[in-house]
Amino acid sequence: MDAVRVENLTKRYGRLEALRGISFRIAPGSLFALLGPNGAGKTTTIRILCGLTRPTSGRAFFYEVDVFASPVKAKKMAGLVPQTINLDMELTVAENLLIHGLLFGLSRKEIARRSQELLRFADLLERKNHRVRTLSGGMRRRVLIIRALLHRPRILFLDEPTVGLDPHIRRKLWGLIKMIQQQGTTILLTTHYIEEAEFLADRVAFIDEGRLIIEDTPGALIGRLGEFAVDIVREKGLETKYFRSRKEAESFALTFTKRAETVTIRRVSLEDAFVHFTGRKV
Amino acid sequence: MKGFWAIYLREILIIWHRLPRMLLSFSVSPTLYLVAFGFGLGKHLQVGGRPYLEFLIPGLVAASSMTQGFGINVEINVARFYLKVFEEFQAAPISNAAYVLGETLSGVTRALLSVSVILLITSLAGVSFSFGPAFWLGVILNAFVFAALGVTSAMIIKSHADQALVTNFIITPMAFLGGTFFPIENMPPLVQIILKALPLTHATRLIRQAAYGEGLRWESLFILVLLALASLFLAYHSVDRARD
Repeated sequence: MDAVRVENLTKRYGRLEALRGISFRIAPGSLFALLGPNGAGKTTTIRILCGLTRPTSGRAFFYEVDVFASPVKAKKMAGLVPQTINLDMELTVAENLLIHGLLFGLSRKEIARRSQELLRFADLLERKNHRVRTLSGGMRRRVLIIRALLHRPRILFLDEPTVGLDPHIRRKLWGLIKMIQQQGTTILLTTHYIEEAEFLADRVAFIDEGRLIIEDTPGALIGRLGEFAVDIVREKGLETKYFRSRKEAESFALTFTKRAETVTIRRVSLEDAFVHFTGRKV
Repeated sequence: MKGFWAIYLREILIIWHRLPRMLLSFSVSPTLYLVAFGFGLGKHLQVGGRPYLEFLIPGLVAASSMTQGFGINVEINVARFYLKVFEEFQAAPISNAAYVLGETLSGVTRALLSVSVILLITSLAGVSFSFGPAFWLGVILNAFVFAALGVTSAMIIKSHADQALVTNFIITPMAFLGGTFFPIENMPPLVQIILKALPLTHATRLIRQAAYGEGLRWESLFILVLLALASLFLAYHSVDRARD
């Protein structure tokens, strides 16, 4: 049984087609990344799956529960970490968690126990009674994540969870996300950071202009191009060629040694795969 | 109805964190009205054989319960357009009814606080009324009608700026024309017909009669109950419109 199954999802805003028939499946316990540039349709997909936006057409299921026909049942299974920090700034961290727990039908006792556990997990126990507006951006982001985990969702939706954060805080959050996955939670992550998808995801889907271009493991997507890349910088721009082995790449690079171009040999990355399959940069 | 308590509690916690400045702000308008229209303008005036101040205060109570009840729309707008907390409610497994009731009752709570402030100020001025169940029933019903309408308007508007238009064109004129500052019977017959159609007119009549200790005004009570049900229905059906 798939944790998430999306079939031919479309969304139109007037003439604008935000999603043009997206389909994918996510296996239980895995981390699936939707990778694409701004405006590709990543957030729209998550908003539809979490009940914030109405789809134009298509179907979606969480563990075979129809998301649009049984929204309350589906929502109980999902936790959402939105791109924008939507915490109550005037309330304390504990109060934010309390309201979330009550919204998801938890008892006060369960909320208190689970909050304590998650605050410790996210290294925020000392900030429990601080108002959210006094926290740093990274702390607010961590509160947002543990709030989504409070009701033990089977599926966690992370919409650009590290956008705008410092590299060291981003790394800290990656660790947190990995730990959540290791506890058995299925995760759907959207990002436009290539390295984030490469580091975290079991499977990656490239999404662009509302279409899902290709989906596979990061290794397989990279492997479709080769193992080594040769970048040739010419006056007219950058050109990249892909090769199965270092030997092939080196012999190709050697043909340029007596010319004016700058040539670099490197390993193929997920960014190469994205550029190759979508024809554009993230 | 799961989730109703979460919605209500959130608003109560916000009120709790802001209580001192909120109470201070609730006291500004009634004090000004009392000073300007009550002590200044109407010191020697009589309406229906009573001092003008006795006529004015129940009107202020009605107007304040309306504006504070309807004022829940500002909180919802902030939650929807600025803090985006509304998305947390949309993603939660709660019904529209739970959301609407939670927000509407928090509007009623705000209204009760503001009315309490007015009554405290007026008691200092030496004016006394009958505060029986009929009085509070009128206040609560009036606040409920306008809080539910506040939820409706907050759900259907597209930006924070639109909300000011609703307040300026509907709520502010009603606060002045709904029998608060003068008896509508003094107006020309045609205008009276229009003013009698305003919900606030019925709330003012109900609250004033109860405050005078003259019992329940059944006709106004019946109209307000009908309006409360209608506004609740509108609010319930407006929630889905907030989804894009």
